[in-house]
Amino acid sequence: MNSLYYQKRLSRNIGDKFFTSLSVICALIAILPLIFLVTYILIKGGSQITPELLTLEPNPPGDDLDAGGINPALIGTLIITTIASIIAIPVGVGGGIYLAEYSKGGAFSRFIRFGVNVLAGVPSIIAGVFIYALIVSTKILFGSMYSGLAGGMALSILMLPTVIKTTDEGLKLVPNELRYASLGVGASMYTTILKVTLPSAFRSIATGVVLGIARAAGETAPLIFTALFSYYYITGFGDLFYEMGSLAVLIYNFALEPYDAQNKLAWAASFILVLSILSVNIFSRILAAFTEKTKRV
Amino acid sequence: MIKTNKKTPKNIILSLENVSISYGTFEAVRNVFCNFKKGNITSLIGPSGCGKSTVLRSLNRMNDLIPNCSLKGTVLFDGTNIYDKRVDPVEVRRRIGMVFQQPNPFPKSIYENIAFGARINGFTGNMDKLVEISLRKAALWDECKDKLNDSGYSLSGGQQQRLCIARTIAIEPEIILMDEPCSALDPISTLKIEETMHELKKNYTIIIVTHNMQQALRVSDMTAFFNAIEYEDGDGGKVGYLAEFNSTKKIFNSPKEKTTQEYISGKFG
Repeated sequence: MNSLYYQKRLSRNIGDKFFTSLSVICALIAILPLIFLVTYILIKGGSQITPELLTLEPNPPGDDLDAGGINPALIGTLIITTIASIIAIPVGVGGGIYLAEYSKGGAFSRFIRFGVNVLAGVPSIIAGVFIYALIVSTKILFGSMYSGLAGGMALSILMLPTVIKTTDEGLKLVPNELRYASLGVGASMYTTILKVTLPSAFRSIATGVVLGIARAAGETAPLIFTALFSYYYITGFGDLFYEMGSLAVLIYNFALEPYDAQNKLAWAASFILVLSILSVNIFSRILAAFTEKTKRV
Repeated sequence: MIKTNKKTPKNIILSLENVSISYGTFEAVRNVFCNFKKGNITSLIGPSGCGKSTVLRSLNRMNDLIPNCSLKGTVLFDGTNIYDKRVDPVEVRRRIGMVFQQPNPFPKSIYENIAFGARINGFTGNMDKLVEISLRKAALWDECKDKLNDSGYSLSGGQQQRLCIARTIAIEPEIILMDEPCSALDPISTLKIEETMHELKKNYTIIIVTHNMQQALRVSDMTAFFNAIEYEDGDGGKVGYLAEFNSTKKIFNSPKEKTTQEYISGKFG
């Protein structure tokens, strides 16, 4: 008879220890890049942050004295992301409602679900090239070529799958009893969706929207083909139809400059971008946690 | 309103004529003929899988929401076959309300739970009054008159179910369908719901599905016993049918069918 006490030297116990430590090490290695990346950017970029940085235009590279600020890019990112949201949220939520509430699992809805998954996997640069071919090179938008509007459209393509999917999944989590209750008191399908199911799924849909925005705000490739870049302040509505700067493209442009001042500006922009995306992600987490708590048991 | 030429006796509010219901290729219930009297409480009893809930849901077209569910035959309500292609199921559900097995209040305040149905049905009168009357009819007013703005979920299970009843009453249907309304409740709440039903009988026709035979005996005037058997032409699965339909007294005291006798005495089910 073997003793019932734990024996360290048993080969199965040694093996067990070995694999446990191996998986812990792998998990640590996996998290290291994130920690290093964030700390590095926080240190390199955080030291550059000054009030002027947020309010000035960037100076053209070359004079190597003062690089100026990132104000146009900051505002540009906000505007382009807003445009993308205005396009992607209604279409995405509407599509999600169709998938979850109206479709009966037929060929059409399966095709849409498949299409959404494919769209989610499309490289972002393709979205940029697509809008370039469709809008920029054809000058279809009132004769303007590169513009903030085109940039917003390219980003909306990237946001769309996230919004559709989370709306679809959020609505599916709403218990069917609730739909029956509403239909049972004589509500029509659209009243039920508008007044009962959508409000119940609101927070999970909002979480998805926020995640979609966070993804879109950090994209560079689609903007290089569509919004391009601008050094100048955004002064009015008409600027939507011209080249527009964004943090991501600013980083791309200035990080490659041979001048130190521009490099520093790129670091500062990275800092702002990472910080805002991080906080948007954390915000969505809080939103999701809140959803869990209020979910019906 | 679409009138058909079919005549039904005046005190019959709803009648099933040769109704068969299938889920896809699976036949759930076959050839049901049944007349529900106005102002009565009719209970549908029977073993699991005999199709009684299916029949109940077919009475206000709730089965439309289940994919692949199809119905053959006629369900006559107010002289109209509610399965006529021209009939709007939303209108049917406004006149035939339903209370479900699980209490399912809306994630809104108690007040809004009741006002919601009335409002979407175009109610323009005094909403406060309607909420009070509905809650009183459902015997819930005294318990929640001071917290009408609290969430419907803050109530206990039994209270939630009575809120669901109040919500159904608020749209003033002609018939109230109840699908095992007490199966998720404790005995005291069950008793309260049954008392409520006795009150409601004065103004409404009630059709209730129940697994509890004592409950059927306590509350109902008429009882329909459903059973399920294997048909020779079927695919081997059991198909439900209406075995016996009579006054509750007769069903429980002197049933005609042997299976009814066996079921109510607890030999199967």
